[in-house]
Amino acid sequence: MAHRSLLLKFLSAFLVFGAWEIAGRIPVSYAFPTFVESMGALARMAFDGTLLQAYTETLKPLAIGIAISAVTGIAIGLWIGLSNWFDWLFSPIFIVMQAAPLAALIPLLVMMYGIGLTSKVFVVCIMAMPVIVLNTAGAVRNTPSSLTEMGRSFQASSLEVILKIVIPAASPVIFSGLRLGVSAGFIGAILSELKITPTGVGDIITYSRSIADYASMYAAIFSIIVLAVLFLNLLEKIEHFLFEGNTRGYASD
Amino acid sequence: MAMPQTDSTIATIDSGKQDIAVSVRNVTKNYGPVEALKDLSLDFPRGQLTSLLGPSGCGKTTLLKIIAGLLDPTAGDIEVDGKAVDGPGPDRAFVFQDFALLPWASVIRNVSFGLELRGMAKSEREDIASKYIKDVGLAGFEKSYPHELSGGMRQRVGLARALSVDADVLLMDEPFSAVDEQTRRKFQEDLLALVANENKTFIFVTHSIEEAVYVSDQIAILLPRPSRVSDIIRPTGLREKDSHSIRRDPEYLDIVDEIWDSLRSYVE
Repeated sequence: MAHRSLLLKFLSAFLVFGAWEIAGRIPVSYAFPTFVESMGALARMAFDGTLLQAYTETLKPLAIGIAISAVTGIAIGLWIGLSNWFDWLFSPIFIVMQAAPLAALIPLLVMMYGIGLTSKVFVVCIMAMPVIVLNTAGAVRNTPSSLTEMGRSFQASSLEVILKIVIPAASPVIFSGLRLGVSAGFIGAILSELKITPTGVGDIITYSRSIADYASMYAAIFSIIVLAVLFLNLLEKIEHFLFEGNTRGYASD
Repeated sequence: MAMPQTDSTIATIDSGKQDIAVSVRNVTKNYGPVEALKDLSLDFPRGQLTSLLGPSGCGKTTLLKIIAGLLDPTAGDIEVDGKAVDGPGPDRAFVFQDFALLPWASVIRNVSFGLELRGMAKSEREDIASKYIKDVGLAGFEKSYPHELSGGMRQRVGLARALSVDADVLLMDEPFSAVDEQTRRKFQEDLLALVANENKTFIFVTHSIEEAVYVSDQIAILLPRPSRVSDIIRPTGLREKDSHSIRRDPEYLDIVDEIWDSLRSYVE
């Protein structure tokens, strides 16, 4: 079973990359390199240190932003889910944040926080936090009431109800919010490097486009996608480690 | 099982006839303008099973949750062993209609969950849980998860969890309504044995007249809007009967008919 699913993954990668190679060879556009060219550029940048240098720059706002979004996002989401009053106070902020066109807000952020790290962290947070908060709040609010009643009937304290019942019950939806939030955070990190100041991976993309080195540009984009996928896999491992029951499927009664 | 409170509570009984484990005094419960329970008083004799029976919407589950301490009454008092109730306590354990099992936890963790919340060490609580898992007939399923069990088996887990905390009063909210008919019959027979063997007080909510008459020492008929106790029926000769012949007993059939006559007009 595991063997077969690995085979299917390779097949799917082969199909995508094959289509890329063919599209590059036709070529569909002068600005679209083949897969092999892009991988060549990726290898070159990996070995000459360009990529490493770029990622130390890009990962700073990304890591800080995602860490802030995950920790405060889950905390605020829990609070919103547990208290109606807090729900009224804070839900609208995150719903507006999720709906706001971020690119339009960037000039505002730059005016307030300058062009440095703070603005970029903000962009990552604005992208990542709303979905984490709203998913967590929704999941907490939908904890089966018979489970919390069961906890109370066996004299669980409020904290025990939250730790032993509410959070495990909400964890699958919290983690799906985290996955969406992290993906959005990656988009935010690159967006901030394209829109605020070109640094890191955003710099490679902007610079190689300006000198028509499209292979390097696609290589940089490809690398950030790979990183995002690896990170999402790590997140899945963390979920399995923390809440091993989540993979087992649920009783439907 | 030792029941040390038996002697000390005799003094608190005013009727003098019976040892009362739980007493409900003039309880009223309002949800906004809606009166769910009105000035309801009822006594539950120790070591016996009392059913709360009535049409849907008569507030029997509300009354049970007030006794459990999960809901606060608008007015009135609940006393368990002469002590006023102001929240859930170790003297009462609840069996839920929808089982309320933690889907991510194994059978043994579910059964020992009540003890876990009391801060008992893991090895100790799992020893106790294993014993009750065996008692309810689920030996060998300790490592299984709720979704792998049938409805009947899930409710056995819920029952084992309630028994493992060794509360004096067992509150059962339509515990057999979500299981199939054959399983329900087996459960009813097992419940009779449980009442006979464990010196516990059972409060049992049901909407099935036959079930109430079959398992109860005392049946409180509740009528709706607002709820009050309309009648208390005590089958006298059924407890001595063998569990297989109760359903053919003339007293059983008469009581079922009598209850249906009194409830008929309240069923839409």
